[in-house]
Amino acid sequence: MGSDLNDILVSLFGSSTLELLALDPPGRGTFLLWGFVNSIGIALGAFGLGVVIGIGGAYGKLYGGPILRDLLEVYTTLLRAVPGLVWILLLYFAGSDLVNQVLTAFNRPAIDINGIAAGIVVLGLVQGAYSTEVLRGAILAIPQGQIEAARAYGMSPGLLLRRITLPAMLPFAIPGLANLWLIATKDTALLAIVGVNELTQVTRTAGGATKAYFTFFIAAGAMYLALTLVSEFVLARLERRVRRGMPAMTGGH
Amino acid sequence: MVEIVLNSTRRARVLGWLQPHRVVLIVIALAIVLACAFFLRWDWLPKYAGLAAQGIWRTIWLLVVTSALGLALAIPLGLWQAAGPRWLGIPAKMFCTIIRGTPLLLQLWLLYFGLGSLFPQYPWIRQSFLWPYLRDAWPYAVLSLTISYAGYEGEVMRGAFAGVPRGQLEAARAFGMSRAKMFRRIWLPQALHRALPTLAGETVLQLQATPLVATITMVDIYSVASRVRQETFITYEPLLLLAVVYLVITGILVFGFRKLEARIPKRLG
Repeated sequence: MGSDLNDILVSLFGSSTLELLALDPPGRGTFLLWGFVNSIGIALGAFGLGVVIGIGGAYGKLYGGPILRDLLEVYTTLLRAVPGLVWILLLYFAGSDLVNQVLTAFNRPAIDINGIAAGIVVLGLVQGAYSTEVLRGAILAIPQGQIEAARAYGMSPGLLLRRITLPAMLPFAIPGLANLWLIATKDTALLAIVGVNELTQVTRTAGGATKAYFTFFIAAGAMYLALTLVSEFVLARLERRVRRGMPAMTGGH
Repeated sequence: MVEIVLNSTRRARVLGWLQPHRVVLIVIALAIVLACAFFLRWDWLPKYAGLAAQGIWRTIWLLVVTSALGLALAIPLGLWQAAGPRWLGIPAKMFCTIIRGTPLLLQLWLLYFGLGSLFPQYPWIRQSFLWPYLRDAWPYAVLSLTISYAGYEGEVMRGAFAGVPRGQLEAARAFGMSRAKMFRRIWLPQALHRALPTLAGETVLQLQATPLVATITMVDIYSVASRVRQETFITYEPLLLLAVVYLVITGILVFGFRKLEARIPKRLG
């Protein structure tokens, strides 16, 4: 029975493949962990950039002039209607082209764009479109009297944003932003297509070299899943904290 | 603004929307489109038109087939989580969590490279009638996109099934409907209606997931654009056209779902 099970496992995962996950050199565990660290870094950067764009976008959409509002509408619609993969390719090529053209214009040698930095910028732009909508809704959900009261106290717009709008919208924004964070962690996998060394790309390379695809893909899947589950746990705690003192949500479900 | 609201004939609405700055913006947008048409290279287009049409067809086929199959799987997944016995509900929840917690690209590659390298080891699989299909890429693409849609929609349907008011189901039971009839006539239609706006958004996301199949050699519209890029060294034009194609399909999807929603009476019991 035991040897049968072992046979099945060996045929399923290739021969003695769990050793391939070891951290020491014959194993490739270190590569996978570095890929995972890169993925988390890209996700954090893209999400952060997205939130910054989102705050600006939401302010522009709510308080900007008619032209700015229309332009932001075009931005959010285009970025959300065209697949992220297409944006990654377009902005990746166009962005590195542009940087190098600027560099040659200033008589500097052309450089290779750092894949991770480019990935953060591209994913951040896509995330920005979604978080603009999330934050716009959250700002609209604040009792508007609070903002009017702050204005009446003579708060400057910066102070108003920092002291009133951001903290007051947080309870309404957290569910949407949490969703965006979970999307960001998984969208980093798309960067494998332009060859960025994140977890999915590293996994594919390791699988291709050893032919133990199942082992590596399942290990990587477990890492992504762990990240998702830990994030969900932390975000649920965070949501409870920012909603403290507010009436309980009375969702239908 | 007030007269626009009061005077909501079609003409008045169009005129209200068409403010002076919008006219200027539209003119600028048209100028950009014309500049793209005249100054960028489109001479590759006739040569690849047939391939592109095939690619668009494949993309739409993939979207429709995987969404339909995925929804068919999502209904039991949602029902088991909302009202099923524990031995069905817990596996369904685990399935949804795993699918939603890992990237689709990883799932796709796991199936294609993993199963694809596993199957040839077994002679009986190689000799079976399925083998010609299993050597192709598209079954893996359909399988993984279907599973992914089922995972996300299973969660949506769970909420939708749980959200149908209890009174509706109790009334159906009081009328003496059998469980199957109650499900078919009352529970499922109302749950689907509740889920429809979410399903519309999820189907757009499913469209955006289809280009991933290009990474396992399936020829959809995205991979046609990549091929043009590799063969002609023209980078931006195919990608711009690709963006327009996805934009149009998204527009059609959104319009179609809006029509579908409008056909169902608004008031729920």
